[in-house]
Amino acid sequence: MVTVSDIKVSIKNLYKIFGADPKPMVAKVEGGMSKAELLEKHGHVLGLKDVNIDIKAREIQVIMGLSGSGKSTLIRHINRLIEPTAGEIVVDGQNVLDMSEDELLEFRRFRASMVFQKFGLLPHRTVAQNAAYGLTIQGSDKNEALERSQRWIDRVGLSGFENHYPAQLSGGMQQRVGLARALATDAEILLMDEAFSALDPLIRTDMQDVLLGLQEELHKTIIFITHDLDEALRIGDNIVILRDGAVIQKGSPQDIVLNPADDYVSDFIKDINRARVLEVGSVMDTKAIKTGIKIDVETPIEEAMQLMLEKDKKPARVVKDDKVVGSVTIDAMIKAIARPKHGSGNKNYK
Amino acid sequence: MDFFDEFPSLGRTPLREMKKSIDAGFRSFSREYGDALESFFNPLLKFMVWFEKLLINTPWPIILLCVGALAWLGSRNYKLVAGTVGAFVVIGYFGMWEDTMATLAIISVATIVCIGIGIPAGILMARSNRIQAIITPILDVMQTIPSFVYLIPVVMLLCIGKVPGLLAVCIYALPPIVRLTNLGIRLVDADIMEASTAFGANYKQRLWGVQVPLALPNIFAGVNQTIMMALAMVVIASMIGVKGLGVAVLRAISNQYLALGLMNGLAIVALAIIFDRVSQQYGKRLQKHREGGHGV
Repeated sequence: MVTVSDIKVSIKNLYKIFGADPKPMVAKVEGGMSKAELLEKHGHVLGLKDVNIDIKAREIQVIMGLSGSGKSTLIRHINRLIEPTAGEIVVDGQNVLDMSEDELLEFRRFRASMVFQKFGLLPHRTVAQNAAYGLTIQGSDKNEALERSQRWIDRVGLSGFENHYPAQLSGGMQQRVGLARALATDAEILLMDEAFSALDPLIRTDMQDVLLGLQEELHKTIIFITHDLDEALRIGDNIVILRDGAVIQKGSPQDIVLNPADDYVSDFIKDINRARVLEVGSVMDTKAIKTGIKIDVETPIEEAMQLMLEKDKKPARVVKDDKVVGSVTIDAMIKAIARPKHGSGNKNYK
Repeated sequence: MDFFDEFPSLGRTPLREMKKSIDAGFRSFSREYGDALESFFNPLLKFMVWFEKLLINTPWPIILLCVGALAWLGSRNYKLVAGTVGAFVVIGYFGMWEDTMATLAIISVATIVCIGIGIPAGILMARSNRIQAIITPILDVMQTIPSFVYLIPVVMLLCIGKVPGLLAVCIYALPPIVRLTNLGIRLVDADIMEASTAFGANYKQRLWGVQVPLALPNIFAGVNQTIMMALAMVVIASMIGVKGLGVAVLRAISNQYLALGLMNGLAIVALAIIFDRVSQQYGKRLQKHREGGHGV
């Protein structure tokens, strides 16, 4: 049940067109002109095309796409590092685009903080000073800022490195500083622009764990940009897939994997480990049965199958909050694991 | 065919009239405002006189000590300190102590003035492309116009003496620090600037918290260049009444005194090398944080 008050950030009819005179181009794109045509005929680059996303409070919203899909452009609209050509960005009922210069500074200082792909740390400041940066910008006293940010340095596991300079740290540690800096301002919205993309796979998984752990206790509204589907499926409560600046599909990770909207998305998901991503709840039959082992609705099929194989291979009961909500068979799970046929449109799958 | 043989110039008489009227105009301007300008520069003159006297009247061992201490503060390098003190001892031993102090005085004041004007100008220039487009050609003129050309109006306005000498030195030595400040700020990593903006930093916070600190190596290279160029102007400045090593060189040129010219010239070189090395070392030390090394 999504009520209006659950929506933290609402992006409405957002267009971004790069070029000398972008405003008149909006109508042309609305009229159906493609990105290639716009570039060829008018010399303007289509960045974002009619993007509409409602982002729920206290959840992790992943925005995914390949490079050039406009995802980094999109996230920069939320704190207006980039001005849109047309559209609205409503945060807590207030249009960010209506904010005055001062209101915008306040918004960036107190309500939305950001983590960057290339870290964006100040090389001449220590870890402690970097973590406290947002607070010093807010205008708090230097010592108080250092004190308050210390908690976050500890929390991201950098205790003991306070007096090191960024250049002395590994990439993963530098991004921990970036995360601590973003968390220290206590902003409710956390914008993460490919925050873990520059890290090697092991460190990346590590950082995802750090983020998920923090989210469990902090419940921030996190908007997370990535081009990595595994990452998106792992941390996202909701996923939006962008291509050429337009939204192709919105949904939960389960939705995306089970019902890819088109070939582009099917291509995206073809190499993932479906058994690990799909949950029992997505493949169960809502017909309740009386016998069989109990499996939680959020268990990945991989685990569920193991449990069932160890027992009697009979249908299992699916439970949610201690209540039986359906049943699942090994056959159904095997069927779900099978990769959907490429190019079939996939609407009939399942 | 006359038209093709000779360039259609303005003609001798109108040209002469034009030059005459410009000269007359400037002369009346200098009569009118010369005194006002002089009194405007009076505090600067007083400061220069005071500083020169201070350097000359302070007993030489104390100066040596100060020079050594400054070299140490700047470079943290024993060899440099030893070289600096050694050079000053040799200079003094060959009878050039007083001239060297006078030169040191004008170079120091000129550098301070150039920093005071140049860094703000560079910051302004980095702020907008339009300001950059306006200032750049001015700097080009300052750097390339023959010094004697601007010595004429300066002397007409202020006669000869320390202040016009200082102005001549500053006109020549100012451009590098302005250019390098501008360049340094513009070269600051765009990702870091974006992060700063994303956290709500305003213009001042971005400038003093990010741009200037990160541009310091370039700004420092600018200071270094400014000092070098100021030293290069010492001889020309001596033509309009600035005391120091330049006067001796000038005398050597006009009388063909080889030894005198060489000695004083080498003293200028020694000063230049000392300034250069010490300020470069200091600039390097400012960059300590850039050194990597994991798990230090």
